[in-house]
Amino acid sequence: MFDFTTITTAIDQFLRSMMPAQFAIIVECILVAACALLAYVMFAIVMIFMERKVCAAFQCRLGPMRVGPWGLLQVFADVFKMLIKEIISINRSDSFLYRLAPYLVVMSSVLTFCCLPFAKGLQVLDFNMGVFFLMATSSFGVLGILLAGWSSNNKFSMIGAMRSGAQMISYELSIGLCMLTVVTLSGTMQISELVEQQHDAWFIFKGHLPAMLAFVIYLIAGNAETNRAPFDLPEAESELTAGFHTEYSGMHFGFFYVAEFMNLFIVAAIASTLFLGGWMPLHISGFDTFNMVMDYIPGIVWFLGKTFFIIWVLMWFRWTFPRLRIDQVPTLEWKYLVPIGLVNLLIMTVCVVMGWTF
Amino acid sequence: MNLTFIDIKEFPKRMEEYRYSKGMDFLRDIIGMDWGEEGLGAIYILENTATGENIEVATITANREKPLIPTVCHLWNVAELYEREVYDFFGIYFTKHPDMRRLFLRNDWVGYPLRKDYDTSEAINPIRMENEVTEDVQRPYEIAEDAEQAIIDKQTNKIHGDQYIINIGPQHPATHGVLRFRLALDGEEIKKIDIHCGYIHRGIEKMSESLTYPQILALTDRLDYLSAHQNRHALCMCIEKAMGIEVTDRTQYIRTIMDELQRIDSHLLFLSCAAMDLGAITTFIYGFRDREKLLDILEEVTGGRLIQNYNVIGGVQADITPDFVRKVKEFCQYQKGKIKEYNDVFTYNVITQKRMKGVGVISRADAISYGCTGGTGRASGWACDVRKRHPYALYDKVDFKEIIYNNGDCYDRFWVRLDEILESIHIIEQLIDNIPEGEYKVKTKPIIRIPEGRYSASVEGSRGEFGVYIESRGEKSPYRIKFRPMGLPLIAAMHKILKGAKVADLIAIGATLDYVIPDIDR
Repeated sequence: MFDFTTITTAIDQFLRSMMPAQFAIIVECILVAACALLAYVMFAIVMIFMERKVCAAFQCRLGPMRVGPWGLLQVFADVFKMLIKEIISINRSDSFLYRLAPYLVVMSSVLTFCCLPFAKGLQVLDFNMGVFFLMATSSFGVLGILLAGWSSNNKFSMIGAMRSGAQMISYELSIGLCMLTVVTLSGTMQISELVEQQHDAWFIFKGHLPAMLAFVIYLIAGNAETNRAPFDLPEAESELTAGFHTEYSGMHFGFFYVAEFMNLFIVAAIASTLFLGGWMPLHISGFDTFNMVMDYIPGIVWFLGKTFFIIWVLMWFRWTFPRLRIDQVPTLEWKYLVPIGLVNLLIMTVCVVMGWTF
Repeated sequence: MNLTFIDIKEFPKRMEEYRYSKGMDFLRDIIGMDWGEEGLGAIYILENTATGENIEVATITANREKPLIPTVCHLWNVAELYEREVYDFFGIYFTKHPDMRRLFLRNDWVGYPLRKDYDTSEAINPIRMENEVTEDVQRPYEIAEDAEQAIIDKQTNKIHGDQYIINIGPQHPATHGVLRFRLALDGEEIKKIDIHCGYIHRGIEKMSESLTYPQILALTDRLDYLSAHQNRHALCMCIEKAMGIEVTDRTQYIRTIMDELQRIDSHLLFLSCAAMDLGAITTFIYGFRDREKLLDILEEVTGGRLIQNYNVIGGVQADITPDFVRKVKEFCQYQKGKIKEYNDVFTYNVITQKRMKGVGVISRADAISYGCTGGTGRASGWACDVRKRHPYALYDKVDFKEIIYNNGDCYDRFWVRLDEILESIHIIEQLIDNIPEGEYKVKTKPIIRIPEGRYSASVEGSRGEFGVYIESRGEKSPYRIKFRPMGLPLIAAMHKILKGAKVADLIAIGATLDYVIPDIDR
C-alpha cells in the first residue's frame, strides 16, 4: 500500500530546510488546518448533493436537474446563497451564547473529522487514545445544540434542544459500548493501529457475532446521534417547525446544516474504520494473489467506498421511516440497546479471553 | 322539514327528554336564527343513532337586547362549540354554558354580524392594525336573579401564566391551515388545550344572504376544498328538493362517480399528510404522485383541480369528456395496486404502528356526543355514513360496505380511510360502465327562487356529514343558509382525545382526525 507519510515527511523536510524548526511546525499546522477545512466543506457539499439525489430516487423523482449538468452546481449555488444571506439577530436572545452555539457544533464535528484515517498515513490526529478522543470531541456537539435552543428565546427551539439533549446523551452510551467492544477485540485505542490490525480480516469478520451485533447497534445509535429520521425529533419539522435552529439564519444556520451532514459522514466513517477495516482493502488470509490485486486499489478509495455505502444505508433509513415519539426514544435506548450492548461487550470479552476470534 | 317550536320555559326539560327518553344522542347541528320581529332563536337538528329517526326542534326568545337560551352542552358535548358559534354571530347567551367566548371573530368585534339589523359600516368595525390580545381565559357567567337579569362575567383562567405555553399555529406545518392550538405543557405532556378558530373565516353564510342561489354555488367549493363536489352536491340537492326539480339519471351517475373520485382524492391527501406529519416524507410523495393522476382526470372534466365548480342546479356544468370512462377505469385499476405499496412502506412499519396504535382514543359514545362523523366516527364503531343512513343520489342502488373499526385510535382512523379508497373504487366500478345516455342538465328557470319554507339536505363529505340548511322567504337569495361543518365537531373533541397525550401525539391525532380549516371556519 502507498504510505502517505512519504509525502508528509518530504514536505516536512522541505520546510525545515527553508526555515527554523518552530516556524516549520507553524506553517505545517496552517497547511493541515486549511486542507482539513477544505476537505470538510467539500465532503459536506458532496453529501448534500448525494442526499438530494438519493432522496429523489426513493421518492420517484429526479432531484435537482436545472443548475449545471444533473444539477451538479445546485449545491454550490445553495452554499453561495447561504453565505450572502443576512444573519438575523433575535430580540431578547442571549446574544453571546446564540452566536457561540453554531461554532461549537462545527468545532466538534471538525475535530472529530480530523481523527479519521482516510488512507495509510493520511490522518491529522493520531495518538494512543484516539478512540477515546474521538468520543469526547463528538459528544460536545450536543452542547452547541442545547445552547442554540436555550439562547434563541423561542419555545419550540427550547423543546427541540431538550429533546436533543436527552436523545444524544442517551445514545452516546450505546456508541461508547460498541466502540468498547471493538477496543476489547483489538486491544488498542490508537486509530491507525486499529486499521492496521484489520490487515488479515476486518473486525466485523474477526469478531463474528458480537462484532456484527455491535455494528448494527452502532448504526442505530449513530443515526440517533446525527439527529436524522427516524430520530429527527429535535428538528421534527411537523411538530417543532425546525426545532433548535428555528431562529438561525444565514451562515449560522449553514453551520448547523453542514455539521449535521458531516456528522453523518463521521458516523459512517467511524463505522467503516472500526468494523469494515477503514482504508484496509479486503484481505482474506491465504489468498495471496487476491490480496495483491485488492492492494492495487488505493486506500482512500476503499475508505470512501465503505463510508459512502454506510451513508447510503443511513439515508435509506432516513427516507423510509417515520419519526419516533419522544418517550419511545429513551425506551429503545435504555430498555433495549444498552442492555444488549452490555451483554454483547461481555460476550466479546469472553470470546477474546477464550481466543474464539479469528 | 318539520320544525317543532318549543317554548323557552319548557326547553331544558324537553331537550333532556329528547336526549334520554327518546334516545336522540346525535346533535347534528345548531342553527342560530334571527327571525326579525319574532325574535332570535336556534334550531336543533337531532338524530337517534339507533333508529335513524330525525327531529328538528327550535326555540325562540323575543328579547333582542339580551337573548337567553338554556344551554344543551351537558346533553351533547359538541354543543359547546356550536353554541359559541351562535353566540358569536347572533349574540344569544346560552345560560349555564361554561365558556361563552366568541369562537371565530375577534374579542373586540362590535355587534353580531348575522343578525338582520347588523350594521356593516366600517366605522364600527374598522380594519384593525394591531394584533388581537390573547386572553387565556374561560368565560362562564351567571345571570343575576333579579328582574334585570344582568349577565355577570365570571372570567376564570383557562391556562395559567406560569405554565409552559406554546402556540401550535396559526402558522404551523401540522395544522394544515390556519388553526391555532394554545397548549399548556408539562415537559412534553399536554395539560390543557385552548382552540382558537376564525383565522380564515370568510363569512360565507353572511355573504350568501345577499347572493343569488347560483352565485352561492361558487362558495361551497371553498368550504372544504377536499370535498368540493360533495359540498356542492348537497347544496344543489337541497335547492332541487325545494324547487321540485328532478335531475336525470345521467346526472345522478356523474354526480355519484365524481363524489367518489373526490373522496379518493381527499383520502389520498389524508394518507400523504398523515405520513408526512409522522415524518415519513417518502409516503407523502407516493400519495401525491397518485393523487396527481386523479386530479388530471378531474381537471379534464371540470376544468379545475381544487375548486371545480362542477355541480349546478339541475345537473352538472358540462358533460363528461369522451375518454373519461377509460381514464377512470385505468385509474381505479392503478390505484388498487398502490394501496399495498403504501402499506408496505408506511402502515406496517413498526414505528408507524407504535405511533398510532392506542393513541388518541375516542370512544363510540364520545364520538356520537361530539358529533364526530365521517372516518373518525366510523373508526370508533359508529355507523354514521350518510350514504347508508339517508341514501341520496345512487347510493341505494350500488353495493358497498360501510367501513367500521372499533378501537377509535389513530391507527383505526387511518385504516378507515385506506379501506374507503378501495370501497370508493368499488362503487365507481359498478357505475362507470353503465352511465346512461341523456341530458346532463335539466333546464331550469333563468331566475331561481325557492318557495318559502325550510329545507335541509346532507351528504357524506370526505370527512363527515356535510349538511345544508336553507330558510327561504321566496326570494332570489336565502333568508338564512347554514352549512354543517365537518371539522368543527372534530376539534371540539380535541381536548377529550388529547388527555395525557404528548406534543407528538397532537400531531398524529390532528393528522388522523383529518380536519380542513376552511370547513371549520367557513
